[in-house]
Order: sequence, then structure tokens, then C-alpha cells
Amino acid sequence: MLDLLWLIPILPLAGAALNGALGRRPPKALVTALNVGAPLLSLLLALGCLWDFAHLAAPRFEQTLYAWTAGPLKIDVAFLLDPLSAVMLFVVTFVGFLIHLYSVGYMGHDEGYRRYFAYLNLFMAAMLLLVLGDNYLVMFVGWEGVGLCSYLLVGFYYDQPFPPYAGKKAFIVNRVGDFAFLLGMFALIDRFNTLKYGAIFPRIAANPSLVADAYGPFGLSFASFVALCFFIGAMGKSAQIPLYVWLPDAMAGPTPVSALIHAATMVTAGVYMVVRTNVIYQLAPGVSQFVAVIGAATAIFAATIGLAQTDIKKVLAYSTVSQLGYMFLAAGLGAYSAAIFHLGTHAFFKALLFLGSGSVIHAMGGEQDMRRMGGLKKALPQTYWTFLIGALAIAGIFPFAGFFSKDEILHAAAANRQWVLYLVGLITAGLTAFYMFRAVFLTFFGRFRGGPEQEHHLHESPPSMTIPLWLLAVGAVTAGVAGLPGEHNWLHNLLSPVILHPAGVKAPEHEISALLLALIALAVAAAGIWLAFRVYGDQGTAREEAWAARFRRLYGLLAHKYYVDEIYDRLIVRPLGALALLFWKGVDALLIDGSINLGAATARVAGEAGRFSTTGNVRNYALYFFLGVLLLFLWLIY
Amino acid sequence: MSVPVTWYLLLAALLFAIGCVGALTRRNGINIFLSIELMLNAANLSLVAYSRQLDLRTGQLIVLFVLAVAAAEAAVGLALFIAVFRQRRTIDLNRINLMRW
Repeated sequence: MLDLLWLIPILPLAGAALNGALGRRPPKALVTALNVGAPLLSLLLALGCLWDFAHLAAPRFEQTLYAWTAGPLKIDVAFLLDPLSAVMLFVVTFVGFLIHLYSVGYMGHDEGYRRYFAYLNLFMAAMLLLVLGDNYLVMFVGWEGVGLCSYLLVGFYYDQPFPPYAGKKAFIVNRVGDFAFLLGMFALIDRFNTLKYGAIFPRIAANPSLVADAYGPFGLSFASFVALCFFIGAMGKSAQIPLYVWLPDAMAGPTPVSALIHAATMVTAGVYMVVRTNVIYQLAPGVSQFVAVIGAATAIFAATIGLAQTDIKKVLAYSTVSQLGYMFLAAGLGAYSAAIFHLGTHAFFKALLFLGSGSVIHAMGGEQDMRRMGGLKKALPQTYWTFLIGALAIAGIFPFAGFFSKDEILHAAAANRQWVLYLVGLITAGLTAFYMFRAVFLTFFGRFRGGPEQEHHLHESPPSMTIPLWLLAVGAVTAGVAGLPGEHNWLHNLLSPVILHPAGVKAPEHEISALLLALIALAVAAAGIWLAFRVYGDQGTAREEAWAARFRRLYGLLAHKYYVDEIYDRLIVRPLGALALLFWKGVDALLIDGSINLGAATARVAGEAGRFSTTGNVRNYALYFFLGVLLLFLWLIY
Repeated sequence: MSVPVTWYLLLAALLFAIGCVGALTRRNGINIFLSIELMLNAANLSLVAYSRQLDLRTGQLIVLFVLAVAAAEAAVGLALFIAVFRQRRTIDLNRINLMRW
């Protein structure tokens, strides 16, 4: 079975390609069979591979398809299945397939049904390439591929003004990070002549002095330089400060896309990359600290914005940014398995929440404003229960999955004696519980605040949408088992072969009462939910509006997302636009085109003037000739 | 007694100048043609004069070549003028300006 590993990313790719070969107007059932069938086969194959993988003596399987490069630089198109990529493989294929299934119902009435599935399959192929690649270049191909699909799917509704803009924004902001990622790869090639994980990491782990010398323009060590470059790449893809701005706007895409790409899989690619590079990060303690600080800052920053959003998808988007911050906090603290643990549990409950919100939006006829919802509990019971499970999981309530993964991260912060980061994480946990239950109460409790037509239209979603909800809900409840705290942390033990320990680096271990920390986190989360209940429990946004009127400045600041988009617009977008205008009008149109036109004009004027010499009269020519001879003669004499 | 070479050269220069002015000022093709012949023969004269002065036979040899070339030129030139005359009914060079802009 493991020999078929290469088929896992190829199948969805073939699905995307064959989608175009189905003819002009294929029946919808055919598109569904092809483009949902391909991820299903991928999932089954992946499960088979994982089964065989679990029975390997050493948890590592490599498959080289062909040599990509010739010469001293050795890069292969090759796949690697190790514990880390195995976890990612399971998350991507499982959540990916469920979202394909869900999309059959959600996108059922859409004109672009076929185009949508072509993009979605292409995304699956790129994402699987990203996690299965055995070197950074294959990862980078997948990395760019998912970026492209993100752009295509965010701008899916291209006939409206905003989605194409949001798609462009997502793509361009990501390019900033990709540039740094490329720089990091160049540095690795410069030093090791390869990008293969298995060829670089063991060498560094055995001999850390290989990467300890100064490198690059800022006096950083080689390890710090590479780690910083890769983290900037991760900032773009995984929406960290200051490159997070694209993710909330990416909600302009269809909701299942938000669930799959902008919550469960693609945005976690940066976390995966940092964890994959853990050897180098361990040797760059300064950069690791930076990663942790940025992660914590992003977590609390996005959580506060989430408090004041009224669009249900925007709330979930900022919560995604915030949870990604958590993952980077963990990775920066050296708790790599905790980062992957939270990545996995987050994939389940955030996909669940997004799909739940999609079910609500579907029932509301496209309405996304929570102020016009309310009391949907009765009309959408299945959506309500699954959404509630997701909300409890993200809030970190025992025994749902989010409790364990969040607790492990907070525990890592406390164990490292990083009390500021711990406190920020704890406050964020409280805020998360508050804004998630704000969404729950506004959407499902109280009385309906929409129009009578919407109320009449309310209906529970079809089974193709509710079945994925329930399956994800099961994941959101049980995924925590993978990382039970203590000696028997299955995920931690599983990932231990991937987390190398460079010689001379010691993890700081302080004794700390896990039970006490867990109780504190639980209390904070419960307080957040209780507060949300007191404010939003029954009467919609009435109390919030009263508060907003009292603290108008603060509320406006949050509702306008700290004016970051406006600041970026003034500081970066407009100066760049002005510069582009200067280069267009000034340099291109005036200087370059002008110099060409000047040359042409000179030739024309010279021709106009010169043609008078061509009289056609032979005797004139004879005179010129004679004068010329005379001149030659004079020149000879003198 | 012999005529000094200077006299021959002066005569040659005079003939050349007459031919030159004639070639530049005349409008009739045949006249220009004759003027050119005059210049060629002025050159011939100076060649012969130097040949005798320097006691070199080469000069007289070149003269024979020049005569042959001049004869060929006359044949081609006259044929051209006849052809032009048949076409345009004139050999006034001021009116044969086909190459004019």
C-alpha cells in the first residue's frame, strides 16, 4: 500500500484535470462522482498507507519519483511519510473529503458548480504535495499551489466587486512572505547543496556548529537567518502579524472554502513548516522567542477584534487568526507537538464551526449578519448542536478537543516560565470563549430578528451537509484523546522521532502542576461563556449597543479592526500605487517610450531635411562629386 | 630644342578646367559627354608628358588603356542617350530627373 503513496496527491490533481475533459455541459452527477470520488479515493489510500505505516519497524517511508535537478544541486521529486506528515496527511484528506461532500449540498444551486470542484480538487493536490514533499522545494510547489487555489476560490464570485479584490489581496500579501521563504531556501542551498529534510536535519543535529556562524546582512547566525526567513514565510501563509490582513477578507469566498482552506488546512501550512524545521529553530533561540511573541500578540490582537464583529464568518476568521497565533506560540516555545496537536484539533472544530455557519447562511438565504439572526435553534437543530460542540471545543471546555490542546500550550508557556506569554494566552482563551458564545447566543438563541420572508425560508440543511457536520463534531469531541497530558501523550510520543534534539540544546524543564493550570484555564473559559450568556443570552445585541454607546472610541477601534487596513492603505498601498504611477507615467511612458519616439522623430526630421539634397539632377551630383574630389585633393596636399 | 614639361602640364590643366566647367554647366547630354572626353584627354596629355620627362613607358601604356575605356564609355553613353531620347524626346539633363524626391 505504501508504494501507492504518490497516488494520494495525484488523484485529486487528475480529478481537477479531468474536470475540464468532461465536455461542454456534463451532467452534475458526473462532476460530483469525479470530483468527490477523487478525494474519497485519496482518503482511502491515505488510510491504507497510514495503516501500513503504523506497522513499519522505523516510522519513516521515502519514495523518490525522479531526480528533478542535475549537477551538484540535488533535489528530487520525492515524498516522505513520517509521523509529522502522517498526522497532516490524515487531517488534510479527512477534513478535505468531508468538505467536498458538504460542498455538494452547499454549492448545489450554484452556476459555477463544476469550476468550484475543479479548484477544490486542485487545492487538495497542492496541499497534499505540501505535506508529503520530502524537501523544501516540493513543499514550496505545494505552498504556491495552495496560494493559487486560495486566490481562485476567494475570488470565486468574480462578478461581484469585492471577492476579486480580496483574492488579489490574499495573493499579494502571501507573496511578501513567499519572498522570505525563498531567501531561506537559497541560504540552505548555499550551505548544504540540497533541500532534503533527511539530508539537512540530522547533520545539523549532530553538529550544531555547522549553522552557528554569522550569515546574512544583520549579523545573525546561519540558523537564525534561515529560521527568521522561514517564519516570515509562515507569517504570510498562516496570517500572523503583520501579514494577517488577507485572511479576514478571504471570507469573500464560498463558506466551505473558508472552512477547508482558510481555517483547517492551508493556513496551518506555516505551522507545519516551522515544526518541520524544528532543528533549526531550536538552534535559534532568539528567533524562537520572536515566533512565540508574534504568536501571542496575534492571538490576543485578533481575539479582541473578534469581539466586535457582526458578520458570523468574520468572527470565525478572526478566531482562526487568533488560534493560529496559539500554534505559533507553542512552536516558539519549543512545544512542537503541542503546536501540531492544536493544529489537528483546530482543523476539526474550526472546519465544523465554518460548515455550521455555512449551514446557517444557507438557511438564511445568504445573510451573514448575526444581528439579523436569532432563535435558529428550533429551525436548525442539527446545525445548532454541532455548532455548539464546535464552540465548546474552541472555548476549551473539558472534555472537548480544544481543552487538551490549548492546555498543553499554556502548560508549555508556564513550564518555560514565560509568564507574560502565559497570561496573554490565558486572556485570549477567555476572550475566545466569550466571542464564540456571543456568536452562539446571537445566532441560535433569543427570537428571530430577520425579515418574515427569511423566517419562512428557514430550513435544516440536506444530509450531504449535516453528515459532515456530525463527523467533524465527533472529531471535535474525541481528537483530544490523541494528546492526553502526562506520560501517555500519544501524539507527543508519535512525533518524537521528528523533533530532533541538537547536541548541546537543553529544554528547560520546570515542575508545574498540570492540574492547577488546567483548572485555571477551565475557569477562565467558563467565565467567558458565562459573561457572553449574561450579555447576549436572550435579547440580541441590545446590551452590546448600550456598551458600544458608552465606550464609543474603544468599540469603534475594535469594530474597525484597529484601522490596520486603513494604516496599510496609507503607508504601503497608496505610496506603492503612487510609485507605480510614477514608473508608468514618468519612467515608462515618458522616458522609455519617449526616448524611442525621440529616435524615430530624429530620423524622420533628418530624412525630411536630407531629401532636398536628392534633386534627381545629374549635374548637381556631378558638382558634389567635383567638390569632393577637390576636398580630397586639398587634403592630400596639406 | 625641346618643349619644357611645364607647358604640357599647363595645357593639360587648361583642357581639364574647360572640360570640368563644361560638364558642370552644360544641359545637353552630348555636350557634357564631350566635356568629359576633354577631361580624360587632359589627363592623357599629362600622362604622356610625365612619361617622356621621367623616361618611363608605363605612362604611355596607361594612356592606351584610357583610350580604350573612353571608347567603351562613349559607346555605352551614346546608347543610353538614344534610349532616353526615344522615351522622353529630350536629352536635356534638367528635365531628366526621375530620381527626384
